[in-house]
Amino acid sequence: MDSEAMTTVPSDSGTTGGIAVEQSNHPLASTTGMGAIVGAGSSSGGAMLAELGRSEANLRRFLHGLPGVDQVGADARAASLASRSIKTSAKLWALEMAVRMVDLTTLEGADTPGKVLSLCAKARRPDPLDATVPPVAAVCIYPDLVPVAKRALAGSSVKVASVATAFPSGRASLAVKLADVRDAVEAGADEVDMVIDRGAFLSGRYGLVLEEVQAVKKACGPAHLKVILETGELVTYDNVRRASYLAMVGGADFIKTSTGKISPAATMPVALVMLEAVRDFARLTGALVGVKVAGGIRNAKDAIRYLVIVNETAGEAWLDPSLFRFGASSLLNDLLMQRSKQLSGAYAGTEDFSIE
Amino acid sequence: MTKSDRTHKSGLADETELLQPGEAGEEVNGAEEVERKHPLVGATDRLVTADRHDRVLFDYSPAPESRSIVHLQPSYGLFIDGEFAEPVDGHAYKTENPATEEVLAEIAAAGARDVDRAVEVAGRAQQTVWGPMSGAERAKYLFRVARIIQERSRELAVLESLDNGKPIRESRDVDVPLAAAHFFYYAGWADKLEYAGFGPHPAPIGVAGQVIPWNFPLMMAAWKLAPALAAGNTCVLKPATTTPLTALLLAEIIQQAELPPGVVNVLTGAGSVAGAALVAHPGVGKVAFTGSTEVGKDLLLSLAGTGKHLTMELGGKAANIVFEDAPLDQAIEGIVNGIFFNQGEVCCAGSRLLVQESIADTVVERLKNRLATLRMGDPLDKNTDLGAINNAAQLEKIRSLVEEGEAEGAVRWSPSCTLPEHGYWFPPTVFTGVSQAHRIAQEEIFGPVLSVITFRTPEEAVAKANNTVYGLSAGVWTEKGSRILWMAGRLHAGVVWANSFNRFDPASPFGGYRESGFGREGGRQGLAAYLDV
Repeated sequence: MDSEAMTTVPSDSGTTGGIAVEQSNHPLASTTGMGAIVGAGSSSGGAMLAELGRSEANLRRFLHGLPGVDQVGADARAASLASRSIKTSAKLWALEMAVRMVDLTTLEGADTPGKVLSLCAKARRPDPLDATVPPVAAVCIYPDLVPVAKRALAGSSVKVASVATAFPSGRASLAVKLADVRDAVEAGADEVDMVIDRGAFLSGRYGLVLEEVQAVKKACGPAHLKVILETGELVTYDNVRRASYLAMVGGADFIKTSTGKISPAATMPVALVMLEAVRDFARLTGALVGVKVAGGIRNAKDAIRYLVIVNETAGEAWLDPSLFRFGASSLLNDLLMQRSKQLSGAYAGTEDFSIE
Repeated sequence: MTKSDRTHKSGLADETELLQPGEAGEEVNGAEEVERKHPLVGATDRLVTADRHDRVLFDYSPAPESRSIVHLQPSYGLFIDGEFAEPVDGHAYKTENPATEEVLAEIAAAGARDVDRAVEVAGRAQQTVWGPMSGAERAKYLFRVARIIQERSRELAVLESLDNGKPIRESRDVDVPLAAAHFFYYAGWADKLEYAGFGPHPAPIGVAGQVIPWNFPLMMAAWKLAPALAAGNTCVLKPATTTPLTALLLAEIIQQAELPPGVVNVLTGAGSVAGAALVAHPGVGKVAFTGSTEVGKDLLLSLAGTGKHLTMELGGKAANIVFEDAPLDQAIEGIVNGIFFNQGEVCCAGSRLLVQESIADTVVERLKNRLATLRMGDPLDKNTDLGAINNAAQLEKIRSLVEEGEAEGAVRWSPSCTLPEHGYWFPPTVFTGVSQAHRIAQEEIFGPVLSVITFRTPEEAVAKANNTVYGLSAGVWTEKGSRILWMAGRLHAGVVWANSFNRFDPASPFGGYRESGFGREGGRQGLAAYLDV
């Protein structure tokens, strides 16, 4: 096969710069190919995927060989799951779980140390009047504010997540993106939220996308990597599934829907498709990759609907802050309000909950 | 139409009982550190899950729809000439909730003299009021019925689930909205009949005798009544013996909409008595029957030579055909929807899964995983996916065919689930290793039982799909558009769904070939059955 070797990014990860593997090694060349991708996990699954990075043509064949997503069907399934009725103790459980899954976020040009400090206080103790409310999972901020957040959250379980890689557009050279990542990690970020190069993805340069993810993963060191697909720019569910695999093959700990800067941001069908991808990836490789939905999730009812989709798609294992997150800000107060309503039987006013 | 939010209010009763602290979760795992190896990165990935506690199953609490909206009367009469009346021979029987075997009400059983009276008043109403009325006026009545169905949708949905055993999610989101949609759709035709393609002056037939089944009691009533009334006929409707309640509530709605007396009459009772007398009645010019092929054949014999207009929608054994290039996750949903919708008690159910051999193992494995998430139980619980089988006789039929399937050597599988003590229940069941020669591949089971059959090529898929006495519906799952069209042209089925299954719309004609019946319901074509053309 005449395959273009992927040498666009200097890397010593050992997975780039190779040449095309033979046709017979192609994961889809045999009838078991698709079965291997979508079927029961096999120990060779990971090895097979690692081979993919060796050639652009291989990668393309793999991604385009994934089962398609029928949009009508995916929308209908998400709508059907959203009609579940979560009541009483299940609702309270879901509300508290959702609080623990929140990445409390501020990503504005106007962010200041004061704003971040206030956000961190809210993250540690979401309801000042009720110590039984668990802290959120993380705060999510721009890299230059990581030191502020790190100090404010010292001694707590709340992680510091920093966006990086020329967030939100990702339109910068890899060197700049990697410097951005190192900045955040050196300042103490526990988690890095990178963006993929949507331009490269949409123009079919999958190898470039993969290598960027791999390079960023390497730059992250011990920090967890969340890979933002920006599904609102990928548009089709087929693209969402392919980008999910690219990110996971590249080493993502989480795949994340959106930056929050593009509309539509997170939607339930997109979350469904991504959850199917992490489920299938786990069957294939044994690795559990998390999913973060971000942008536009403002009320508790929607958050609970997402948890239902998680529960019935990826499964119970993903109902944990280590594998599912909400990127949000105003959601938290609605979760608190609904929680207090569940406990007291009456709604409190919006003024009863602190703003960040 | 009927949004779940609207119905949430009724759950308040159970929300007040709530919440002992600690009920929401027991400490199962303390803080722990899990090591995960990322196989693609190679590095050991230390995943701190310090906040991993509270780990319990996300077990949805009961979310029952309230019964209080339904006002069940202890007994119901026959609806004749705009009034509820006792049957002439005074006979009555009981209808029960199949999920609990609780008796819901006493129902009048019409005899031959009741049928005579109903057909007589229907004939008079057709001659004097409904037939001469302008189409635009008839449309107003039908629109009004449609609106009232929407307004009383929750009441209808709860009553349907009580009497039939189907999950409230389906009666709320499918049966009732589609019933209203049929009245809306045919109301629109009432003043446009001359443009329907049946000549410049299409005339109604007269009195329609309509006999409907128990699987979609209200929806079938709407499918029958709406086109008949739009075309200017009057109706005598005989609901199924085990599911009379929503037809009687529909009669009440027809009263409320102030339809002229006698235009719609509802006769409850046994098929062998009231149903037989109705279709045989000389005053009935049109017979519409939906039900089993067995009864349909008897009906055909008895009506031969009478000159009556006739349409029949009978059984089916549909093939749901999944190719290796199918959108797999959606195909799994389509398989589930195809055979477990309404407990599989659907004439067009996708009861035969034809799956390409190259992906058969994967599909079956995924299907089993998916079936493990199906929720079976109280039909009024808003999270129930699978309700009760409608009646004891049907449950017995399902059991015997399933036993037959095992005896013939097919491999039976069901997810682990506990069946309620009372009521009529059957677990979702999948048979693998099924061949075309097995009874479970040929006979309509009319229950939550799927037979999995493999094929190798599109030609073989078509041959196997058509290898049945039925011809009602089929499904084709592939991302290849040209193959969908190729298949649709060769499948002997009245409906072929592409990358979907069990989707209904009043604008789309529905009906079968061969032993699945003849005639079409829905769409412009559905008018033909009720016009003298």
